Amino acid sequence: MLATTGLDAAAAAAMLRAVAHAVIANTDRLTDADLAIGDGDHGIGMRRGFEAALVALDAPPPGIDGAFRATGMAIMANTGGAAGAVFGTVFTAGAKAFAGEAEISAASFRRFLDDAQAAVARRGGVTEGQKTMLDALAHAARAAAGAPDLAAAIRAAANGALEGVEATKGMVATTGKARSLGERSLGHPDPGAISLSIILGAMRDFVAA
Amino acid sequence: MAKAAKKILNDPRRAVSQMIDGLVLASDGRTRRLDGLDAIVKTEIPDDKVALLIGGGSGHEPIFHGLVGDNLGDGAACGQFFAAPAPHIIYETAKAVHRGKGILFLYGNYAGDNMNFDIAAEMLTDEGIDVRTVRVRDDVAAAPPERMEDRRGIAGDVLMIKIAGAAAATLDSLDEVERVARKAAANVRSMGVAVSAGSIPETGKPTFELADDEIEVGMGAHGEAGIARQKLAPADEVADQLMSRILPDLPFSAGDEVALLLNNLGATTMMEMLVVNRRIRATLAERGIAVHRTDVGTWLTVQEMAGFSVTLMRLDDELKRYLDMPCRSVGFSHWGTR
Repeated sequence: MLATTGLDAAAAAAMLRAVAHAVIANTDRLTDADLAIGDGDHGIGMRRGFEAALVALDAPPPGIDGAFRATGMAIMANTGGAAGAVFGTVFTAGAKAFAGEAEISAASFRRFLDDAQAAVARRGGVTEGQKTMLDALAHAARAAAGAPDLAAAIRAAANGALEGVEATKGMVATTGKARSLGERSLGHPDPGAISLSIILGAMRDFVAA
Repeated sequence: MAKAAKKILNDPRRAVSQMIDGLVLASDGRTRRLDGLDAIVKTEIPDDKVALLIGGGSGHEPIFHGLVGDNLGDGAACGQFFAAPAPHIIYETAKAVHRGKGILFLYGNYAGDNMNFDIAAEMLTDEGIDVRTVRVRDDVAAAPPERMEDRRGIAGDVLMIKIAGAAAATLDSLDEVERVARKAAANVRSMGVAVSAGSIPETGKPTFELADDEIEVGMGAHGEAGIARQKLAPADEVADQLMSRILPDLPFSAGDEVALLLNNLGATTMMEMLVVNRRIRATLAERGIAVHRTDVGTWLTVQEMAGFSVTLMRLDDELKRYLDMPCRSVGFSHWGTR
């Protein structure tokens, strides 16, 4: 795989399928994380969305943007809840960032992370530090800045997302259903942040394979 | 971890869809399902009527979808268990109920609902359809009054749908319907107490854990943390605790007339609710607050969660008029008052 230079549309679709399989495989982990500080539906919601994404990725529309848009629409339509809107927004931001590109480059991948961060912040009305997936996304985007090639950018983003998950443990939730826990949310990672780290981790594993 | 709750269902992943089929059948022809969607709309919606669209996560039956009917919601977009409906479901439901006079979106204030309904509203606005949004945020335990935006919607939904539904059936402009709904929303306050947890069928896991001798005052409709976890206490004491937070919040004062609604979260007995009602009425009488209408029943549930909530809405003549109109649906029917 020419992972260090770029990913073409077929490879991008294959990467998104790997992402979907990784999320689905982590359903129980996400359920348990959400039971700790939320209502326990995050795992099954994400599974619903990414199972639908797998179906959409069987025969995705042409282009990298087509695969990302199909993934985002499937997630938005089938996940439901805040997770559907937020993670659907991440992948549709990718569709915009990769529009007209023949392959995913380090630069376009970084643009994707930046655009996704801005889109999620706007849609959710959230900023960093509120114990949401945006914390993982922001860490990922910062970590990927300056990476010399695509593989390094994805690797840095995946590691950054994990740091973001860790950071959410020290945050008090001020939005979403965990908000009412206040201080009791301390020590627990945000389930949406974990999901983002799984997504970027699967991308990293795909380009490393 | 507690054992998975006993539930008589088929495939839990099909439970929401099969529930909607059953709900439509229970309406005896007054509602229909939108093809292929988790959405329910009235069979007959008059031309030129302002549309009222309600909705939210499933698992809280009969709210929201069970309150689609005469002088109530025109349609409801249904999400999966405790999860907001997706934008395309909301969009399609809105298109199905729209009669050219605009649509009021009425739902509980949760991050997921806000985002998904907003996305649908943007799609509809792009098509030139007038959409207004009123979010119910009646739970006084969720945040202090200065952070009203952070309060979630609980059983105040029922009175809100009652009033907005009657207003939308009566008034001929979206502006007016929105105005009435905003007035009702500004005057409604609730708070609940949880006695034991409910569970999502697909995971089988309770959404929170409470010891056998504990209750949580102020807990939200999905097990969101309340304001005090404490030992089980007598009904009068718990009723007093709830009222001590609800009354000063608006505040409700001597001379006010209110609607009182006691909502069963799922597994509490009617006997307990009525014992609580007795104490609440005594407290209101002491404060010189008159009760215009009482509803005691089961409308916003959290599966098999035990507990209840108390809702008060301060009324004026206009709100009384809409509250007193008859309504009919599977989940909430009323012959009209006086």
